[in-house]
Amino acid sequence: MKKFRRILVPVLVLLFLYVPILMLALYSFTDSTQIGAIRSFTFKNYETLFTTDELRSMIVGTLLLALGSAVLATLLGTLGAVGAFYSKKRTSSIMSTVNQIPVINADVVTGFSLCILLVVVFGIPKDTYIPLVIGHVTLCAPFVYLSVIPKLKQMDPALYEAALDLGAKPRTALMKVVIPQILSGMVTGFMLAITLSLDDYFIATYTKPATFDTISTYVVNATKGSQTDIKTALWALSTLIFVLVIVLVLVMNLNSKKREQKEAKA
Amino acid sequence: MKFSRKTLGIPYGVFLTLFVVAPMIVLFYYAFTNGQGVFTLRNLTDFFTDPNTLGTLFYSLAIALTTTVVCLLIAYPVAYILATSKLKAKSVIIMIFVTPMWINFSLRITALKEILTLIEGNLAYYPFLNSVLGMTYDFLPFMILPIYNTIVKLDHSLTEAARDLGANERGAFLKVTVPLSLPGVVSGISMVFLPAMTNYVVLDMLYNSTYIMGSLIGSYFAAYNWHGGSMIALVLLGIICVFTLLTDSGEDDARTGGALL
Repeated sequence: MKKFRRILVPVLVLLFLYVPILMLALYSFTDSTQIGAIRSFTFKNYETLFTTDELRSMIVGTLLLALGSAVLATLLGTLGAVGAFYSKKRTSSIMSTVNQIPVINADVVTGFSLCILLVVVFGIPKDTYIPLVIGHVTLCAPFVYLSVIPKLKQMDPALYEAALDLGAKPRTALMKVVIPQILSGMVTGFMLAITLSLDDYFIATYTKPATFDTISTYVVNATKGSQTDIKTALWALSTLIFVLVIVLVLVMNLNSKKREQKEAKA
Repeated sequence: MKFSRKTLGIPYGVFLTLFVVAPMIVLFYYAFTNGQGVFTLRNLTDFFTDPNTLGTLFYSLAIALTTTVVCLLIAYPVAYILATSKLKAKSVIIMIFVTPMWINFSLRITALKEILTLIEGNLAYYPFLNSVLGMTYDFLPFMILPIYNTIVKLDHSLTEAARDLGANERGAFLKVTVPLSLPGVVSGISMVFLPAMTNYVVLDMLYNSTYIMGSLIGSYFAAYNWHGGSMIALVLLGIICVFTLLTDSGEDDARTGGALL
């Protein structure tokens, strides 16, 4: 009985988490406009997804925004972490505290306050995309900072000194010694930044140009609308993202397995 | 200027000052002034005397509290069972539980909405239940992961010692495992409670037209009422501060670990 419960509970939770996504995936291959109605098989939703300009530009825009903000956030966050790590204790603790603000803060508050500052006070038009990009970098950079700091702490401080003693200029020592040591933290931060930007709704809502939509803002508006072909095309998008995420998770898992095995051998 | 490692931090320092500190200052300024830029406590007193906004505050607290309790009641057993199982592949299994958090939340809520519509017929009958379900669906992985991470790292010999000293299984669990897993529970709570107070899109998408704190900001934003909106944001900030002070233990650890990357 106890053993049974140990299996039943996790399985029920998995069903709760996955049945909705899988049902949506199943029905994305039919011409049904609601789940539960039995209809015939078709790729129509996928066709709509790839041929409707509005949908295509929304997807491309979301990806470009995520990529751009993640690159900027990784640069800024890494520089900040390195700078803070080698600064006086006071400076670095102030930096770390301020860095926590966007992490802990509700995204609604972050987005709204940035909108007031940039759009209302500074008068930067949202059409320039500047508020949106700043918003997403503000959302992501603190997480890059938090991913890089532990790597700096793990690093052997003698490495940098050794490079200097061996005649390297500080800049070279930084590029050739420090950066390789913290690279894994930077990659983690970059990936986090991408996912945060892709998932964001609130900051985009408060800072984006009226004519631009991310996947989140588009989906939320579409559920209020009555265009059923767009609605079911989004089911197809959901299915594609689901498959992509599963593949990525598998690849990452296999990679870390391989690394573990290599380390075990060495 | 001579190159120094410290100077590398300057760009990010400037960035944080401009786009994290300055917006907070502006928020304060707008919350305590009126349209003419004159100091006023009007926004503050309005918030705490208007039954509508107070009702919204309590409704958000109710939604957030219920969601947190439901998430905890589901996540703890799952995390415990997985962390204490003897399966070799448990690191893969925990991945299956947290994978949904990488799928765009609006698409996931769309999926849940379709299922709920199929089951309930009309979503309008159970707005509170649906909202809590939506929030739970959205945030559950964020509760499972930190609890799993703390339990899996627990020293197994401690529970064994408790058993050897005469505690029964239930006693060992309640007196050893539960207290030691509290840090994970706390960081799980902090990752569910605050978003559940503010993520009004979940309510919107599930046709619950009652406001929560986030929706108030949204409505002031739509009406270009920066002063009223700032006051709501400030009240939220206050709640967040109190909440963070109460739960502040290993916060950044849990947050970055929470993404499992």
